[in-house]
Amino acid sequence: MLAIKVLGPGCENCKKLAYLTERAVTNLSIEAKIEKVTDYAEIMKYPILSTPGLVIDEKLVVSGRIPSESEITTFLTTALLEA
Amino acid sequence: MTVLSTPSSSRPTGRVYWIVALSIVVWFAAYNLIQPLSDWLAYTAFHLSQGKLGESVAFFLYDVPKILLLLSGMIFLISIIRTFFSPERTRALLGGKREGVGNVLAALLGVVTPFCSCSAVPLFIGFVESGIPLGVTFSFLVAAPTINEVAIVMLLGLFGWKIAGLYILSGLVIAIIAGFLIRRLKLERYVEDFVWKIHNQGAFEGEKLTWPVRFARAWGSVKEIIGKVWLYVIVAIAIGAAIHGYVPESALVGIMGKQAWWSVPVAVLIGIPLYSNAAGMIPIVSALIEKGASLGTALAFMMAVVGLSLPEAIILRRVLKPQLLVIFFGTVAVAIIITGYLFNLII
Repeated sequence: MLAIKVLGPGCENCKKLAYLTERAVTNLSIEAKIEKVTDYAEIMKYPILSTPGLVIDEKLVVSGRIPSESEITTFLTTALLEA
Repeated sequence: MTVLSTPSSSRPTGRVYWIVALSIVVWFAAYNLIQPLSDWLAYTAFHLSQGKLGESVAFFLYDVPKILLLLSGMIFLISIIRTFFSPERTRALLGGKREGVGNVLAALLGVVTPFCSCSAVPLFIGFVESGIPLGVTFSFLVAAPTINEVAIVMLLGLFGWKIAGLYILSGLVIAIIAGFLIRRLKLERYVEDFVWKIHNQGAFEGEKLTWPVRFARAWGSVKEIIGKVWLYVIVAIAIGAAIHGYVPESALVGIMGKQAWWSVPVAVLIGIPLYSNAAGMIPIVSALIEKGASLGTALAFMMAVVGLSLPEAIILRRVLKPQLLVIFFGTVAVAIIITGYLFNLII
């Protein structure tokens, strides 16, 4: 099972990233736990300078932009292969 | 969905270049067609006379497509430039820079570094953590929202490159001076304590971007920004067009002209709560100037609308104690007021 975290204080961009990630997970029909991290101290534990950020299995894969759904799907499948 | 799609490797990259080249040709053709087409529509197709209504309609039909075209073209260009910059790279560039040089560089980088306003806090923490002086960090944080890309394009389209250039220049000077002052005042103690305890480790390694990916990302931000502002632009130009046709010449000299010394601070005060409507304010402001408002007052108003925002203040409150927040906003407000007076004096 993948542990996914969406980093961001909860503005429009972070919500959009969370939504796209949920869709990608559903379409792949994989098991994953999506968590929204809104606390700045928590967010800054990752090597991130600008939100939104996407973390898969504790690895930061996107920082400071909203990736497309197909990009997220690629990140998810890569993470699954590595796991 | 307006999310940009990164071209998959299967798509031939040659096609992307053709699409971009073709779009540029179509863009220029469309831009040159606006004037004859809008005149023809207003005076021939709608049978309007050259009177008040006709002038207003022609003005509207000309400005709406012109501004929307300029916005999409310029934002595409700016977004491509921005794919070469990232907050991580900016931080690396600013690290170890002396004060002074650091402030100037920070202000310049503030214009080209892409980040959404809710990223102000992680950026602030990341910069301060890595040893970038507080003043330099503030120069960056002031420049980024004050010099707004939508505002640049609107000024370029409605006032020409000189005014757009003056706007950029005064934004840079304000950012540099604000950062410098904040440094002089030694305000580190007014940063919330938890900031100093965070240890932001390493930097996210940027991906290697190919040109098709840069184009795709730039196109994505064009769609996003136009999607956000097009309605504001149309409504504002409609109001501007009505002012253009119906308000008598020099009606505003008394309240918004150079003689009314109080108009600059009042304009700044009114501008602060009007955040995020840069696209919607500038056409109206442009019509007001035509009717006798002075340029300095109008420019101060625009900078206050774009640069001083309550939402940003609320976000920054999480890392800054109220005293520093007040000093930060106060410095920028005063700097904008001085800029307004300066322009009223010069022009």
